Amino acid sequence: MATFQFLPALLQGTWITIQLTIYSTILGAVFSFTFGIGKLSHLRSARYVSIAYIEVFRGTSLLVQLFWLFFALPLLGEPVAHLVGAIVPGYQPNVDAWAQAFRLEPVTAGVLALALNIGAYGAEVVRGAIQAVPKDQYEAATALNFTPRQALWRIALPQAIVEMMPPFGNLAVQNLKDTALVSLITLGDLAFKAEQMRNLTQQSVPIYTLTLFLYFGLALVLMGIMRLIEHRVGRWARVGGR
Amino acid sequence: MKPVVQFEKVTKRFGDFTVLDDLDLTVENGEKVTIIGPSGSGKSTVLRVLMTLEPINEGVVYVDGDTLWHEQRNGSLTPASQAHLRKMRSKLGMVFQHFNLFPHMSVRRNLMEAPVRVNGMSRQDARKRADELLDMVGLEDQADKYPEQLSGGQKQRVGIARALAMRPKIMLFDEPTSALDPELVGEVLKVIDRLATEHDLTMLLVTHEMHFARRISDRVCFFDKGRICEQGKPAEIFNNPKEARTREFLHAVLHPDE
Amino acid sequence: MLFGYHWVLDQGDLAYAWSILPILLHGLVVTIEATILGFVIAAILGLIFAVLRGAPARVVYMPTAVVIEFIRDTPLLIQLYFLYYVLPNYGLILPAFLTGAIALGIQYSAYTSEVYRAGLQAVPKGQHEAARALNLDNRRTFIDIILPQAVPRVIPALGNYLVSIMKDVPILSVVTVLEMLNVAKIIGDRTFQYLVPLTMVGALYLIMTLVASSLVRYLDTRLPKSGVRLQ
Repeated sequence: MATFQFLPALLQGTWITIQLTIYSTILGAVFSFTFGIGKLSHLRSARYVSIAYIEVFRGTSLLVQLFWLFFALPLLGEPVAHLVGAIVPGYQPNVDAWAQAFRLEPVTAGVLALALNIGAYGAEVVRGAIQAVPKDQYEAATALNFTPRQALWRIALPQAIVEMMPPFGNLAVQNLKDTALVSLITLGDLAFKAEQMRNLTQQSVPIYTLTLFLYFGLALVLMGIMRLIEHRVGRWARVGGR
Repeated sequence: MKPVVQFEKVTKRFGDFTVLDDLDLTVENGEKVTIIGPSGSGKSTVLRVLMTLEPINEGVVYVDGDTLWHEQRNGSLTPASQAHLRKMRSKLGMVFQHFNLFPHMSVRRNLMEAPVRVNGMSRQDARKRADELLDMVGLEDQADKYPEQLSGGQKQRVGIARALAMRPKIMLFDEPTSALDPELVGEVLKVIDRLATEHDLTMLLVTHEMHFARRISDRVCFFDKGRICEQGKPAEIFNNPKEARTREFLHAVLHPDE
Repeated sequence: MLFGYHWVLDQGDLAYAWSILPILLHGLVVTIEATILGFVIAAILGLIFAVLRGAPARVVYMPTAVVIEFIRDTPLLIQLYFLYYVLPNYGLILPAFLTGAIALGIQYSAYTSEVYRAGLQAVPKGQHEAARALNLDNRRTFIDIILPQAVPRVIPALGNYLVSIMKDVPILSVVTVLEMLNVAKIIGDRTFQYLVPLTMVGALYLIMTLVASSLVRYLDTRLPKSGVRLQ
């Protein structure tokens, strides 16, 4: 069938999409916990940095963030190198090396932009879930002489994680959809391959239909995985026959 | 002998509302003291201040001879550091009205977590102690269950065992049976009774269970408007209250339909 | 030069930024227009979906549910490409802007339909029962009782999606719509000075998002929780 001749190329792209999703979702989760917990910190500096991060990356378009990291960041290489050279005494920066470091590969820029973006949304989920843990739990923890950090990690977070899972599931699927944008900085994912094929063969209908179904399939699998994780993490909540 | 708990002219305010008003209170070693009184009189606040859940505005609190919310530095009192509070906290244990068990841990784990994480006990020792305590409160066969699966009375017994696991000198009970269905109250009171009679624990109990208070207390304090209105042996307070306010309260509580 | 404005490259970043501001604002207008049109389409299409989804007949609500899920779980970019390249095959040649707005509308209709459904479901069942006990017919019940109580929950949620749509408008740049990011990229392509234009776009987006979010929050406080007051 004519449609399926495109499948091998599209599947190549699909594999890239899968990897992108995995890396950016995991890195995004790290950002989410870091800044979600940071927003609740006693340290004012931690709070301000977290709030700034969340507002900036939630308040601007992902594509803008992506383009900025890929096109604009490299231009900061030289000025930052000079700045560091001016601040750190006796350090002669290798300007070329610095400029090179700031020039991100498409895959780096892509994963970073995706992770930063989804991390900001996730941070609010983390924050909200932690705040939803009843204050009584903290009092019980204090009464038993846990340190605040122990109370957070051993008492609050395990309970909060159950609250986080449903929204995290949605964010994971959103992230999967967002990976399509990295095709615009020449990363060879599914969207890129689809556009490439279309350019070559002009067969828009079969190519894009197939692509849509491939993304849909990936999304269903991802939702299934998230539901499994949700199940395992919330085992204790269902034991009482809720 | 120095009292194990001493409140010296303690005042605690929530905004404009004074909940503890220049309070003087003493609890001797091994004493079982019950605090009764109307809501808002400050009963629970006394316990919460002791358990370091609420700071005080004025006055000094002593626990086991040492200042609680203050530290002695070069002869003067400064606000207590976190380290000092943690040191003092280890002498106290609290049982909450709403149990506050950790829902994501099994019953046994609820009892083990603090001894292991806070006191550095080994898991085997903590497990042994947990099983002993569960035995004592009559819940040996519930060790692997989760709080969700327990009745209110069972949950509170776990709460008591969990507090005891840390070997406090003083046990605080904040209305331990007020959130329970009437028929579950007895099993919890029985455990508290055993604690009172079989162990040398100092106990400070806030409760509405007057008959129980009468039975186990060495002393009953009637609180009103942030102060002790009257205190004395249970027989004195319940049979022969001297203050009008005490009489009023006891009448309303013990004979509600008259 | 773009839109009749020249950029100034040799007098430092600030002069550069100032010189391209009018150009970016041209793009901003397109962004806002695309947002509003996309939102209107999403709101209307979402309503249709919600009604179909709520139909009692299985043959109606099942396919609708599948279609909604399909739209929801596939990328806007691909949906946009699909419309842009496929529609002309069927004789429908639309300006890029319109295609873009329709794509936005379709993608977000999957979300708005859920907003409608959730808003209606949040009205306590007791209200339906009371209306029935008072012998109100279905139409009266819906218009006078249910709908006013659903509105305070629906409007802010829709408002939040309006903001989301605005953040997705840059995707339309792939089909040559001259929204703000596209304009910035063109300036960058021609001057190789990407930093200033892209940072400005980011800042402008941040400002717009904050303004729009505050408006939505304000709306949220102004709508009485118990429902729109009827005289």
